[in-house]
Amino acid sequence: MTVATDDIEALLAHASDGIAFDGLHVTETDGEYALETPGNEWTGLDDDALRLALDSAAAYVTNWRYWQKTVGGEGTARRAFLRWCERAPLADADPDEATPGPWSGGADEANDRPETLGVADRYDALSDGIDREWGQLSITARFVDIDAPNGERVYDLWHVEDAGSDLADLEIHDDPRDARELATYDEDGRYRPLKTAPTLPDGWAFTGLSGAELVETVEFFYPATVANWHRELRGNLDVDHWLETAERQTGIYDVIDELPREAVEWMAEACCVDSQCLRRREWQYEEGDDLAVDGGNGPFPCREPCSLVVAAARKWATLESEDEHTYELELTTSELNQLEELIDAVAEDRTDEIREADVYDGANRYRARYLRAKRFDAEGDLEATRVDD
Amino acid sequence: MQALVIAAHGSHLNPDASDPTYAHADTIRETGAFDEVREAFWKEEPHFREVIRTLESDEVFVVPLFISEGYFTEQVIPRELRLDDWDPEKWDSDGTSASQATLEATDVGKTIHYCGPVGTHDAMTDVIVQRAETAMEDPDVGEGVGLSVVGHGTDRNENSAKAIEYHSDRIADRDRFDEVKALFMDEEPEVDDVTDYFESDDIVVVPLFIADGYHTQEDIPEDMGLTEDYRLGWDVPAAVDGHRIWYTGAVGTEDLMADVVLERAADAGADIGDAREAVRELAASAAEAGTDSSPEPNAGAGAGD
Repeated sequence: MTVATDDIEALLAHASDGIAFDGLHVTETDGEYALETPGNEWTGLDDDALRLALDSAAAYVTNWRYWQKTVGGEGTARRAFLRWCERAPLADADPDEATPGPWSGGADEANDRPETLGVADRYDALSDGIDREWGQLSITARFVDIDAPNGERVYDLWHVEDAGSDLADLEIHDDPRDARELATYDEDGRYRPLKTAPTLPDGWAFTGLSGAELVETVEFFYPATVANWHRELRGNLDVDHWLETAERQTGIYDVIDELPREAVEWMAEACCVDSQCLRRREWQYEEGDDLAVDGGNGPFPCREPCSLVVAAARKWATLESEDEHTYELELTTSELNQLEELIDAVAEDRTDEIREADVYDGANRYRARYLRAKRFDAEGDLEATRVDD
Repeated sequence: MQALVIAAHGSHLNPDASDPTYAHADTIRETGAFDEVREAFWKEEPHFREVIRTLESDEVFVVPLFISEGYFTEQVIPRELRLDDWDPEKWDSDGTSASQATLEATDVGKTIHYCGPVGTHDAMTDVIVQRAETAMEDPDVGEGVGLSVVGHGTDRNENSAKAIEYHSDRIADRDRFDEVKALFMDEEPEVDDVTDYFESDDIVVVPLFIADGYHTQEDIPEDMGLTEDYRLGWDVPAAVDGHRIWYTGAVGTEDLMADVVLERAADAGADIGDAREAVRELAASAAEAGTDSSPEPNAGAGAGD
């Protein structure tokens, strides 16, 4: 690898102030420079000797230029995310923060701690591409030019399900804004009001994105996840628990703070688990009063009940204000079991999978129609009698 | 660095509700006037609550894509943005004159210029007139034509009707249309009786709504008698009680809306260079190209069919 003269000159312009970045150290004392990398050390260099030494430490120079000149944004979530993408050490990570951030992109707890790479290892890996997962997104960081890498990175992005697909079979995009449309519908064409629902359709790819474009694209797929991940990383995620969020509401949502404590549990179990949302619920009933239901293992933190939960809570607050009654209705044991199967099928979004003629499944359409024909009255209501009035 | 946030309602049920927000944001992105441009929503993501933290800029201009000064613009948006020192008094408005208030978002320590809604800005008057032009495919529309600006209206908030009346009055003052009348869905005078309020044969009806949806594509066309059933669509113009009614859709989908957003931000001190000129030229060329660019999701056969 050779270093472009421009990169060396750019670095020299900063050398007298001292450089300490990603294993590269340059210091100046009385017009003499010292240069240090993890593998080498040079001292007593004049300008020309420093140029020569830098040329032999090419990877460190181009790495410095990419991060300090191309990416910039010291302290920003964008920069931290791009460094995470290539497993670079994260300068602003709080070492005491033990939250299971998406370090490994995998579910293996043992790998949750940061596994970072130094410049030499990273440069080897970037030639092949470094893969990471962010929800249902698979991100690859790689050098623009693999044959003559000059430190410039680009990023590819596709659905995790397409990791093994041939690029020729995918719809190729290069405008981050295209992500909005891709994220709007699931594979059955249904609207996805919750961006972090695990229902992102596959079949597309973004290739050759710049770092800024990558972050923009990821943010269109999963809004605010990078910012909140970064806050969590630094140990300053601001969580708003259920009661604070509920009490803040006004207008038609003013009622949701009346939702009983146990109903909040049921709501979290219904909406805020891994099968429904990729965010990991960090909010609890209130500070010091955790919900019993698990917050899940989602890659990015959920810092307060989302607008879908707030809207649904309004419905449940109304429903939970009703009194309970005892009803009497005639059912065979199998019919009672069938009611359970029907509820399960809807709750697990399984109805589309039930085969037309599979009358052994209680949620089969013919089975449901039969039960309705037998047990509903002329008005279309279940024949049940209230017995506690 | 300066950022623009367009704050809109969005929808959990209707995927098209956010289309105008995205379209106007993209138009402004193209001008390069802001280092960052974000859409933010009450019912979609990023939510008002989390949008500011996605920005790197220290100075943020928030423009509500709402019609009137009311519940959302005075209570919900400032609260969700964590503008702790907010008070509607800071707008010092008579109901249609809010410009901006400078505050701090307490979760991020950034300066927020919280602007009045697009719906009450003077530039909105031009957008209504332009919608009349595109609806009738006539850049000089006016003579012999009655214009009705239609709003939701609600007895709960007097500012809702004020915005509609404000623009109606401004258009009437221009003496361009033979007649101008503000009509409402939920209060008198009602849009149901539109033909009672005009003598002109041709009436162009412009709904002052941000996005097309239930009100503009179902309620209003049926209430005015343009169609028996909105699902069947309607003619533009449609014959009702001896009048021809020219009705397309929500004014918020008009390309020129991006200009109103920019003006709101500029009024609040944003440095937008010549972005307004660029947006106005773009909108004018789109309008000249005819109704191809103006969305008519459910309006059956177009004019001339």
